[in-house]
Amino acid sequence: MDQLITYSLHLADTTLILAQRNAEWCAHGPILEQDIAITNITLDLIGQSRNFYQYAATLINQSAEAVAEPATEDSLAYLRTEREYKNLLITELPNGDWANTILRQFFFSVFQFGLLEQLQKGSDAQLAAIAEKSIKETTYHVKWSSEWVIRLGDGTEESHQRMINAIHNLWTYTGEFFIPAVYEKDVLPHVDFDALKSAWLEKITEIFTEATLSVPPASFMQTGGKTGHHTEHLGFILTDLQHLQKTYPGAEW
Amino acid sequence: MIPELQTIWSLLEEVKDPEVPVLSIPDLGIVREVKIYDDLIEVIITPTYSGCPAMDMISMDIRLKLLEQGYKNIRVSYQLSPAWTTDWMTESGKKKLQEYGIAPPQEKRVRKMLFDEDEEIICPRCQSSHTKLLSQFGSTACKALYQCQDCKEPFDYFKCH
Repeated sequence: MDQLITYSLHLADTTLILAQRNAEWCAHGPILEQDIAITNITLDLIGQSRNFYQYAATLINQSAEAVAEPATEDSLAYLRTEREYKNLLITELPNGDWANTILRQFFFSVFQFGLLEQLQKGSDAQLAAIAEKSIKETTYHVKWSSEWVIRLGDGTEESHQRMINAIHNLWTYTGEFFIPAVYEKDVLPHVDFDALKSAWLEKITEIFTEATLSVPPASFMQTGGKTGHHTEHLGFILTDLQHLQKTYPGAEW
Repeated sequence: MIPELQTIWSLLEEVKDPEVPVLSIPDLGIVREVKIYDDLIEVIITPTYSGCPAMDMISMDIRLKLLEQGYKNIRVSYQLSPAWTTDWMTESGKKKLQEYGIAPPQEKRVRKMLFDEDEEIICPRCQSSHTKLLSQFGSTACKALYQCQDCKEPFDYFKCH
Protein backbone atom coordinates (compact mmCIF):
# COMPACT_ATOMS: atom_id res chain seq x y z
CA MET A 1 0.00 0.00 0.00
CA ASP A 2 2.78 2.43 0.95
CA GLN A 3 4.52 1.72 -2.32
CA LEU A 4 1.34 2.39 -4.27
CA ILE A 5 0.86 5.71 -2.46
CA THR A 6 4.44 6.73 -3.20
CA TYR A 7 4.08 5.71 -6.83
CA SER A 8 0.84 7.66 -7.25
CA LEU A 9 2.54 10.69 -5.72
CA HIS A 10 5.49 10.27 -8.08
CA LEU A 11 3.09 10.36 -11.07
CA ALA A 12 1.16 13.30 -9.60
CA ASP A 13 4.29 15.32 -8.77
CA THR A 14 5.83 14.70 -12.19
CA THR A 15 2.78 15.94 -14.11
CA LEU A 16 2.25 18.86 -11.73
CA ILE A 17 5.81 20.17 -11.91
CA LEU A 18 5.96 19.88 -15.70
CA ALA A 19 2.62 21.71 -15.87
CA GLN A 20 3.94 24.42 -13.56
CA ARG A 21 6.98 24.89 -15.79
CA ASN A 22 4.98 24.94 -19.02
CA ALA A 23 2.54 27.42 -17.50
CA GLU A 24 5.40 29.94 -17.31
CA TRP A 25 4.88 30.28 -21.07
CA CYS A 26 1.34 31.57 -20.59
CA ALA A 27 1.15 34.87 -22.52
CA HIS A 28 4.82 34.46 -23.59
CA GLY A 29 4.44 31.85 -26.36
CA PRO A 30 6.11 32.58 -29.70
CA ILE A 31 2.73 33.09 -31.41
CA LEU A 32 -0.81 33.07 -30.10
CA GLU A 33 -1.74 29.57 -31.37
CA GLN A 34 1.34 28.04 -29.77
CA ASP A 35 0.79 29.93 -26.55
CA ILE A 36 -2.66 28.32 -26.48
CA ALA A 37 -1.18 24.93 -27.37
CA ILE A 38 1.39 24.84 -24.57
CA THR A 39 -1.16 26.05 -22.00
CA ASN A 40 -3.68 23.44 -23.20
CA ILE A 41 -1.03 20.79 -22.66
CA THR A 42 -0.48 22.29 -19.22
CA LEU A 43 -4.16 21.97 -18.47
CA ASP A 44 -4.16 18.30 -19.50
CA LEU A 45 -1.16 17.67 -17.24
CA ILE A 46 -2.80 19.41 -14.28
CA GLY A 47 -5.93 17.33 -14.85
CA GLN A 48 -3.89 14.14 -14.86
CA SER A 49 -2.03 15.31 -11.80
CA ARG A 50 -5.28 15.97 -9.92
CA ASN A 51 -6.47 12.44 -10.69
CA PHE A 52 -3.26 10.96 -9.29
CA TYR A 53 -3.30 13.19 -6.19
CA GLN A 54 -6.95 12.36 -5.53
CA TYR A 55 -6.13 8.67 -5.75
CA ALA A 56 -3.12 9.07 -3.44
CA ALA A 57 -5.29 11.00 -0.95
CA THR A 58 -7.92 8.24 -0.96
CA LEU A 59 -5.26 5.61 -0.31
CA ILE A 60 -3.63 7.63 2.46
CA ASN A 61 -6.95 8.19 4.18
CA GLN A 62 -7.73 4.47 4.02
CA SER A 63 -4.37 3.46 5.40
CA ALA A 64 -3.64 2.90 9.07
CA GLU A 65 -1.46 5.98 9.22
CA ALA A 66 -4.43 8.24 8.54
CA VAL A 67 -4.39 11.20 10.87
CA ALA A 68 -7.17 13.46 12.11
CA GLU A 69 -6.75 15.86 9.20
CA PRO A 70 -7.53 13.84 6.06
CA ALA A 71 -5.26 14.21 3.04
CA THR A 72 -6.66 15.99 -0.01
CA GLU A 73 -5.31 16.71 -3.46
CA ASP A 74 -4.57 20.24 -2.23
CA SER A 75 -2.76 19.25 0.94
CA LEU A 76 -0.57 16.89 -1.08
CA ALA A 77 0.32 19.50 -3.67
CA TYR A 78 0.66 22.52 -1.41
CA LEU A 79 2.04 21.23 1.85
CA ARG A 80 4.70 18.69 0.99
CA THR A 81 8.36 19.66 1.05
CA GLU A 82 11.01 19.44 -1.63
CA ARG A 83 12.39 16.14 -0.30
CA GLU A 84 8.90 14.67 -0.26
CA TYR A 85 8.34 15.51 -3.92
CA LYS A 86 9.10 12.55 -6.19
CA ASN A 87 8.93 14.15 -9.65
CA LEU A 88 11.36 13.34 -12.43
CA LEU A 89 14.30 15.75 -12.51
CA ILE A 90 13.72 16.68 -16.14
CA THR A 91 10.38 18.29 -15.29
CA GLU A 92 11.87 20.79 -12.84
CA LEU A 93 14.63 22.13 -15.11
CA PRO A 94 14.18 25.73 -16.24
CA ASN A 95 12.31 26.16 -19.53
CA GLY A 96 15.18 27.78 -21.39
CA ASP A 97 14.18 28.76 -24.90
CA TRP A 98 11.29 27.37 -26.98
CA ALA A 99 13.53 24.64 -28.43
CA ASN A 100 14.42 23.43 -24.94
CA THR A 101 10.78 23.52 -23.83
CA ILE A 102 9.41 21.56 -26.76
CA LEU A 103 12.26 19.04 -26.68
CA ARG A 104 11.56 18.31 -23.00
CA GLN A 105 7.86 17.90 -23.80
CA PHE A 106 8.77 15.56 -26.65
CA PHE A 107 11.09 13.38 -24.52
CA PHE A 108 8.53 13.28 -21.74
CA SER A 109 5.41 12.69 -23.83
CA VAL A 110 6.94 9.82 -25.79
CA PHE A 111 7.99 8.25 -22.48
CA GLN A 112 4.60 8.95 -20.89
CA PHE A 113 2.75 7.38 -23.80
CA GLY A 114 4.63 4.10 -23.36
CA LEU A 115 4.17 4.19 -19.60
CA LEU A 116 0.42 4.85 -19.80
CA GLU A 117 0.05 1.90 -22.15
CA GLN A 118 1.65 -0.26 -19.46
CA LEU A 119 -0.46 1.23 -16.65
CA GLN A 120 -3.59 0.32 -18.60
CA LYS A 121 -2.46 -3.30 -18.50
CA GLY A 122 -1.56 -3.19 -14.81
CA SER A 123 -3.40 -4.76 -11.90
CA ASP A 124 -4.46 -1.51 -10.24
CA ALA A 125 -7.89 -0.57 -11.59
CA GLN A 126 -7.75 3.12 -10.70
CA LEU A 127 -4.28 3.71 -12.19
CA ALA A 128 -5.50 1.87 -15.29
CA ALA A 129 -8.58 4.11 -15.51
CA ILE A 130 -6.54 7.31 -15.16
CA ALA A 131 -4.12 6.00 -17.79
CA GLU A 132 -6.96 5.14 -20.18
CA LYS A 133 -8.20 8.72 -19.89
CA SER A 134 -4.78 10.38 -20.05
CA ILE A 135 -3.36 8.53 -23.01
CA LYS A 136 -5.82 10.18 -25.39
CA GLU A 137 -4.44 13.56 -24.32
CA THR A 138 -0.83 12.40 -24.44
CA THR A 139 -1.34 11.25 -28.04
CA TYR A 140 -1.87 14.90 -28.98
CA HIS A 141 1.16 16.01 -26.95
CA VAL A 142 3.39 13.52 -28.77
CA LYS A 143 2.15 14.66 -32.14
CA TRP A 144 2.47 18.35 -31.38
CA SER A 145 5.94 18.13 -29.85
CA SER A 146 7.25 15.80 -32.60
CA GLU A 147 6.18 18.26 -35.24
CA TRP A 148 8.04 21.03 -33.42
CA VAL A 149 11.21 18.95 -33.10
CA ILE A 150 11.16 18.41 -36.86
CA ARG A 151 10.27 22.03 -37.63
CA LEU A 152 13.16 23.40 -35.58
CA GLY A 153 15.68 20.63 -36.22
CA ASP A 154 15.16 20.75 -39.97
CA GLY A 155 14.61 24.51 -39.97
CA THR A 156 17.14 27.31 -40.10
CA GLU A 157 20.74 27.21 -39.02
CA GLU A 158 19.75 29.07 -35.88
CA SER A 159 16.83 26.78 -34.97
CA HIS A 160 18.95 23.69 -35.70
CA GLN A 161 21.68 24.94 -33.39
CA ARG A 162 19.15 25.66 -30.65
CA MET A 163 17.88 22.09 -30.88
CA ILE A 164 21.44 20.79 -30.53
CA ASN A 165 21.90 22.96 -27.45
CA ALA A 166 18.63 21.65 -26.03
CA ILE A 167 19.66 18.03 -26.60
CA HIS A 168 22.91 18.79 -24.82
CA ASN A 169 21.02 20.31 -21.86
CA LEU A 170 18.43 17.59 -21.48
CA TRP A 171 19.89 14.29 -22.61
CA THR A 172 21.41 13.20 -19.30
CA TYR A 173 18.02 13.69 -17.65
CA THR A 174 16.24 11.17 -19.90
CA GLY A 175 17.81 8.08 -18.30
CA GLU A 176 15.75 8.53 -15.15
CA PHE A 177 12.59 7.56 -17.03
CA PHE A 178 13.81 3.99 -17.26
CA ILE A 179 15.70 3.47 -13.99
CA PRO A 180 12.91 2.25 -11.71
CA ALA A 181 12.78 3.19 -8.04
CA VAL A 182 12.01 0.46 -5.51
CA TYR A 183 8.35 1.45 -5.33
CA GLU A 184 7.99 1.32 -9.12
CA LYS A 185 9.29 -2.23 -9.32
CA ASP A 186 6.85 -3.11 -6.57
CA VAL A 187 3.79 -1.51 -8.18
CA LEU A 188 4.66 -2.41 -11.77
CA PRO A 189 5.99 -5.98 -11.65
CA HIS A 190 4.73 -6.49 -15.20
CA VAL A 191 6.71 -3.63 -16.73
CA ASP A 192 9.97 -4.30 -18.54
CA PHE A 193 11.79 -0.97 -18.28
CA ASP A 194 14.45 -2.00 -20.78
CA ALA A 195 11.78 -2.71 -23.36
CA LEU A 196 10.13 0.61 -22.56
CA LYS A 197 13.48 2.30 -23.11
CA SER A 198 14.09 0.59 -26.47
CA ALA A 199 10.66 1.62 -27.73
CA TRP A 200 11.29 5.19 -26.55
CA LEU A 201 14.68 5.34 -28.21
CA GLU A 202 13.24 4.00 -31.43
CA LYS A 203 10.65 6.78 -31.56
CA ILE A 204 13.21 9.45 -30.66
CA THR A 205 15.54 8.17 -33.38
CA GLU A 206 12.74 8.19 -35.96
CA ILE A 207 11.83 11.81 -35.25
CA PHE A 208 15.43 12.97 -34.85
CA THR A 209 16.31 11.44 -38.21
CA GLU A 210 13.54 13.40 -39.86
CA ALA A 211 14.67 16.48 -37.95
CA THR A 212 18.29 16.01 -39.15
CA LEU A 213 19.42 15.67 -35.52
CA SER A 214 21.68 13.03 -34.00
CA VAL A 215 20.85 10.89 -31.01
CA PRO A 216 23.68 11.26 -28.47
CA PRO A 217 25.69 8.18 -27.48
CA ALA A 218 24.94 6.40 -24.20
CA SER A 219 26.28 8.43 -21.31
CA PHE A 220 26.07 9.00 -17.58
CA MET A 221 22.49 9.67 -16.53
CA GLN A 222 21.22 11.86 -13.70
CA THR A 223 18.93 10.28 -11.13
CA GLY A 224 17.44 11.25 -7.79
CA GLY A 225 14.07 12.84 -8.47
CA LYS A 226 12.16 9.64 -7.86
CA THR A 227 13.58 9.42 -4.35
CA GLY A 228 13.33 13.10 -3.50
CA HIS A 229 16.89 14.19 -4.31
CA HIS A 230 16.37 17.18 -6.54
CA THR A 231 18.26 19.84 -8.43
CA GLU A 232 18.40 23.31 -6.88
CA HIS A 233 15.50 24.37 -9.11
CA LEU A 234 12.66 22.52 -7.38
CA GLY A 235 12.81 24.57 -4.20
CA PHE A 236 12.17 27.77 -6.15
CA ILE A 237 9.23 26.22 -8.02
CA LEU A 238 7.63 25.04 -4.79
CA THR A 239 8.17 28.39 -3.09
CA ASP A 240 6.18 29.96 -5.88
CA LEU A 241 3.57 27.19 -6.14
CA GLN A 242 2.97 26.88 -2.40
CA HIS A 243 3.39 30.50 -1.37
CA LEU A 244 -0.28 31.27 -0.81
CA GLN A 245 -1.15 28.17 1.22
CA LYS A 246 1.94 28.54 3.34
CA THR A 247 1.35 32.22 4.01
CA TYR A 248 -2.39 31.92 4.56
CA PRO A 249 -2.99 28.30 5.61
CA GLY A 250 -6.36 26.98 4.46
CA ALA A 251 -7.12 30.03 2.33
CA GLU A 252 -9.95 29.47 -0.17
CA TRP A 253 -11.39 31.55 -2.94
CA MET B 1 -37.51 3.39 -17.93
CA ILE B 2 -39.27 4.19 -14.68
CA PRO B 3 -41.05 7.56 -14.77
CA GLU B 4 -38.88 9.27 -12.17
CA LEU B 5 -35.73 8.27 -14.01
CA GLN B 6 -37.19 9.75 -17.16
CA THR B 7 -37.95 12.99 -15.30
CA ILE B 8 -34.37 13.26 -14.10
CA TRP B 9 -32.95 12.63 -17.56
CA SER B 10 -35.18 15.35 -18.98
CA LEU B 11 -34.02 17.72 -16.24
CA LEU B 12 -30.42 16.93 -17.19
CA GLU B 13 -31.30 18.04 -20.72
CA GLU B 14 -31.58 21.51 -19.23
CA VAL B 15 -28.02 21.44 -17.88
CA LYS B 16 -25.74 22.92 -20.54
CA ASP B 17 -22.04 22.68 -21.21
CA PRO B 18 -20.82 26.06 -19.92
CA GLU B 19 -18.22 26.29 -22.71
CA VAL B 20 -20.62 25.31 -25.50
CA PRO B 21 -24.03 26.42 -24.20
CA VAL B 22 -26.02 24.94 -27.10
CA LEU B 23 -25.12 21.44 -25.93
CA SER B 24 -26.87 19.74 -23.06
CA ILE B 25 -24.83 17.31 -21.01
CA PRO B 26 -26.70 14.26 -22.40
CA ASP B 27 -25.95 15.64 -25.90
CA LEU B 28 -22.30 15.75 -24.96
CA GLY B 29 -22.48 12.12 -23.84
CA ILE B 30 -20.94 12.66 -20.43
CA VAL B 31 -23.84 11.38 -18.31
CA ARG B 32 -23.09 7.69 -17.89
CA GLU B 33 -25.87 6.71 -15.55
CA VAL B 34 -28.57 7.98 -13.22
CA LYS B 35 -29.35 5.89 -10.16
CA ILE B 36 -32.22 6.29 -7.75
CA TYR B 37 -31.82 4.97 -4.24
CA ASP B 38 -34.36 5.33 -1.42
CA ASP B 39 -33.58 8.95 -0.65
CA LEU B 40 -30.64 9.62 -2.92
CA ILE B 41 -30.20 10.49 -6.57
CA GLU B 42 -26.80 9.65 -8.03
CA VAL B 43 -25.69 11.11 -11.35
CA ILE B 44 -22.53 9.55 -12.74
CA ILE B 45 -20.61 11.68 -15.21
CA THR B 46 -17.33 11.21 -17.04
CA PRO B 47 -14.89 14.03 -17.82
CA THR B 48 -14.23 14.95 -21.43
CA TYR B 49 -10.59 15.84 -20.73
CA SER B 50 -8.70 15.25 -17.45
CA GLY B 51 -8.19 18.96 -16.93
CA CYS B 52 -11.53 20.20 -18.26
CA PRO B 53 -12.39 23.16 -16.01
CA ALA B 54 -16.06 22.87 -16.98
CA MET B 55 -16.49 19.65 -14.99
CA ASP B 56 -16.68 21.29 -11.57
CA MET B 57 -19.20 23.76 -12.91
CA ILE B 58 -21.26 21.04 -14.59
CA SER B 59 -21.49 19.02 -11.41
CA MET B 60 -22.60 22.12 -9.51
CA ASP B 61 -25.20 22.88 -12.19
CA ILE B 62 -26.57 19.32 -11.98
CA ARG B 63 -26.92 19.70 -8.24
CA LEU B 64 -28.62 23.09 -8.53
CA LYS B 65 -31.03 21.87 -11.23
CA LEU B 66 -32.14 18.92 -9.10
CA LEU B 67 -32.34 20.98 -5.89
CA GLU B 68 -34.55 23.43 -7.75
CA GLN B 69 -36.97 20.58 -8.49
CA GLY B 70 -37.16 19.54 -4.86
CA TYR B 71 -34.61 16.73 -4.78
CA LYS B 72 -32.59 17.07 -1.61
CA ASN B 73 -30.04 14.32 -1.49
CA ILE B 74 -27.93 14.39 -4.64
CA ARG B 75 -24.62 12.82 -5.40
CA VAL B 76 -22.62 13.58 -8.53
CA SER B 77 -19.82 11.07 -9.03
CA TYR B 78 -17.08 10.79 -11.60
CA GLN B 79 -16.18 7.75 -13.59
CA LEU B 80 -12.96 7.68 -15.62
CA SER B 81 -13.31 4.32 -17.34
CA PRO B 82 -14.41 3.68 -20.00
CA ALA B 83 -12.91 6.97 -21.13
CA TRP B 84 -15.23 9.47 -22.78
CA THR B 85 -15.29 9.50 -26.54
CA THR B 86 -16.96 11.85 -28.99
CA ASP B 87 -18.78 8.75 -30.28
CA TRP B 88 -21.05 9.24 -27.28
CA MET B 89 -22.20 12.63 -28.51
CA THR B 90 -25.77 12.45 -29.82
CA GLU B 91 -26.70 13.13 -33.44
CA SER B 92 -28.85 16.06 -32.36
CA GLY B 93 -25.88 17.37 -30.36
CA LYS B 94 -23.69 17.24 -33.47
CA LYS B 95 -26.36 19.10 -35.41
CA LYS B 96 -26.58 21.81 -32.75
CA LEU B 97 -22.79 22.24 -32.80
CA GLN B 98 -22.83 22.65 -36.56
CA GLU B 99 -25.55 25.31 -36.35
CA TYR B 100 -23.61 27.07 -33.61
CA GLY B 101 -20.58 27.40 -35.91
CA ILE B 102 -18.43 24.61 -34.47
CA ALA B 103 -17.57 21.73 -36.79
CA PRO B 104 -18.78 18.55 -35.06
CA PRO B 105 -16.46 15.58 -34.49
CA GLN B 106 -16.32 13.43 -37.59
CA GLU B 107 -16.68 9.70 -37.73
CA LYS B 108 -14.03 8.03 -35.67
CA ARG B 109 -11.30 6.37 -37.63
CA VAL B 110 -8.21 4.54 -36.51
CA ARG B 111 -5.67 7.07 -35.41
CA LYS B 112 -2.03 6.48 -36.04
CA MET B 113 0.04 8.20 -33.43
CA LEU B 114 2.20 10.34 -35.64
CA PHE B 115 1.73 12.14 -38.90
CA ASP B 116 -1.52 10.61 -39.92
CA GLU B 117 -3.02 12.56 -42.77
CA ASP B 118 -4.84 15.62 -41.58
CA GLU B 119 -8.53 14.97 -41.49
CA GLU B 120 -10.74 16.69 -43.98
CA ILE B 121 -12.93 18.92 -41.86
CA ILE B 122 -16.01 20.60 -43.29
CA CYS B 123 -16.45 24.34 -42.72
CA PRO B 124 -19.59 24.78 -40.56
CA ARG B 125 -20.44 28.03 -42.37
CA CYS B 126 -20.08 27.37 -46.10
CA GLN B 127 -19.73 23.53 -46.06
CA SER B 128 -16.48 23.69 -48.00
CA SER B 129 -14.05 20.85 -47.44
CA HIS B 130 -11.21 23.15 -48.44
CA THR B 131 -10.03 23.85 -44.89
CA LYS B 132 -6.72 24.08 -43.11
CA LEU B 133 -5.60 23.14 -39.59
CA LEU B 134 -4.24 26.19 -37.76
CA SER B 135 -3.61 24.53 -34.42
CA GLN B 136 -4.32 21.18 -32.75
CA PHE B 137 -5.26 23.17 -29.67
CA GLY B 138 -8.09 25.68 -29.69
CA SER B 139 -10.09 27.84 -27.31
CA THR B 140 -10.81 24.87 -25.03
CA ALA B 141 -9.17 21.49 -24.53
CA CYS B 142 -11.81 19.76 -26.66
CA LYS B 143 -11.39 21.90 -29.76
CA ALA B 144 -8.87 22.47 -32.56
CA LEU B 145 -8.61 25.62 -34.65
CA TYR B 146 -9.22 25.51 -38.41
CA GLN B 147 -9.64 28.03 -41.17
CA CYS B 148 -11.82 27.73 -44.25
CA GLN B 149 -9.83 28.42 -47.42
CA ASP B 150 -12.97 29.40 -49.33
CA CYS B 151 -14.97 31.69 -47.04
CA LYS B 152 -11.76 32.50 -45.07
CA GLU B 153 -13.50 32.21 -41.70
CA PRO B 154 -11.55 30.63 -38.89
CA PHE B 155 -13.62 28.09 -36.95
CA ASP B 156 -13.45 25.62 -34.08
CA TYR B 157 -13.52 21.89 -34.69
CA PHE B 158 -14.73 19.69 -31.86
CA LYS B 159 -11.90 17.15 -31.88
CA CYS B 160 -12.64 13.51 -32.41
CA HIS B 161 -11.48 11.92 -29.19
